[in-house]
Amino acid sequence: MHAVLDSLAMIGISYVMGFLFYGFYRQFNARVQRRWGPSIWQNLFDNLKFFFKSETLSHGPMFFFGPMIIMAGAFTTVLFVPFLKDSDWLQGFSASGNLILIIYLLVVGPLGNALAVGSSGNPYGVMGVTRGLTRLMGLEVPFFLGLGLVMLQHETTSVHAIMAAQHDVAHWGILTNPIAFAVILLPFIATQNGSPFDVVGAPVEVYAGPRVEFGGRLLGVLMTQNMMMSIAKLVLVVDLFLGGAGNFLILILKAFALFLLTAAISMVFPRLKTEQAVDFFWKVPLGLGVLGVIAAVWLPWST
Amino acid sequence: MYHKSQCEGFQCEPGLLDEGVDPEDRQLGPVERLVAWLRQKSLFVLAYGTGCGAIEMRPLMTSRFDAERFGIINAPTPRQADVLVISGYLALKTLKRVIRSYEQMQEPKYVIALGSCTINGGMYWDSYNTVKQVDRYLPVDIYVNGCMPRPEALIEGFVALQERIARGEKAGFHRYREKIDWYKANQRRVLGEMMPPDYTYDWYHAGGIA
Repeated sequence: MHAVLDSLAMIGISYVMGFLFYGFYRQFNARVQRRWGPSIWQNLFDNLKFFFKSETLSHGPMFFFGPMIIMAGAFTTVLFVPFLKDSDWLQGFSASGNLILIIYLLVVGPLGNALAVGSSGNPYGVMGVTRGLTRLMGLEVPFFLGLGLVMLQHETTSVHAIMAAQHDVAHWGILTNPIAFAVILLPFIATQNGSPFDVVGAPVEVYAGPRVEFGGRLLGVLMTQNMMMSIAKLVLVVDLFLGGAGNFLILILKAFALFLLTAAISMVFPRLKTEQAVDFFWKVPLGLGVLGVIAAVWLPWST
Repeated sequence: MYHKSQCEGFQCEPGLLDEGVDPEDRQLGPVERLVAWLRQKSLFVLAYGTGCGAIEMRPLMTSRFDAERFGIINAPTPRQADVLVISGYLALKTLKRVIRSYEQMQEPKYVIALGSCTINGGMYWDSYNTVKQVDRYLPVDIYVNGCMPRPEALIEGFVALQERIARGEKAGFHRYREKIDWYKANQRRVLGEMMPPDYTYDWYHAGGIA
């Protein structure tokens, strides 16, 4: 009973935080561009509207199951990331999982996307998926290297143990291991479809994206999973680098601070082409990550 | 000054379609009213830039007039769009494309026709290949007149559409679904050989003669 309530609460919280954060992002974006922008509830309205639209087209069973696979990936990721530390609540099944499992779950989304869009047969959709998988190749190597640095630092794969090791501000991962944070930050923005690396979704301007063939309810499902997945990743980075959260208010504050940082970076830099993004990931964050590994393993001051 | 309050000739045909349809007989329940309210809060626009009206869509969507504060943003594809904005005159070739785009949109869907050209042909009133009255081929919900209407006028059109959606009135897509034969006959009359294939609208379950 406790597990069921806890899971429902985590899913609900990640959904509500998701649409509020993205609503804030759209308004923040608007204010930077000196306009009023939509209300903070706009993403909720968009999402619910899509759920109440009709869905008339069909491209076979895989076109329907693809979004469901992505949605299941988002749900499980949310449930395996502990939202709070030293608490019985908002833990989901994180006690039975670890960082390596979460790394696997993060890839479910792009794979489900490729399955669904591939079966739709729309060439523009396939183009978007190709871009997405190319970018995934670029961002995954530094992202996982950064997570590896964190595991190396704490000598454990358990998110709970990593959180417990950061018991005060001086021991936060962002201070004890700034190289790993710097390595993860930019690939993290890319996994959130943030601006310099958002060529895959290309929100409004380019019709060649993975979602080109989805309208109506399936698009609503995709929007929902996108918002929930973003919150799961935000909370994961908060757990690993900002010492986790003792209570719900601190969780929101820390996640929001991190979101503000990524949003500010997204706001300033214009979009890169796919190959530019891959080049960048394999040069700057990956180079930094390799230096971090050398510093952590072979140099004399490393333990 | 010549002022015409009644329709004349073939202009009366769309009006005849609505005879016997009482707009007041659609009473909404509480859930339907909530859904209608959500729908009018979020309109994704497929801007079909045919004529000079495409120029007016850019300032509307960007910082100067900022349609996003009404929840109106561009949709990348017809599948995701709620509103089709026909911005200007339609030549016969573009009419075919507009029909296909409209039939790909998911219901509920609405059409806003922009400029005089969509109402009576405007400055193309005697052109041999321009569609004079868009309402004969696609169900138009809101006309925004002018040549060209400014973005403020377009915003007013959008707000009027939002009010109609919130009231839950019968919209153009209902009419298109019910009178599909009449629309298809009109389209066939002007398009002839260039008529789009049947599978773009066969889910309307036309009566076999469409």
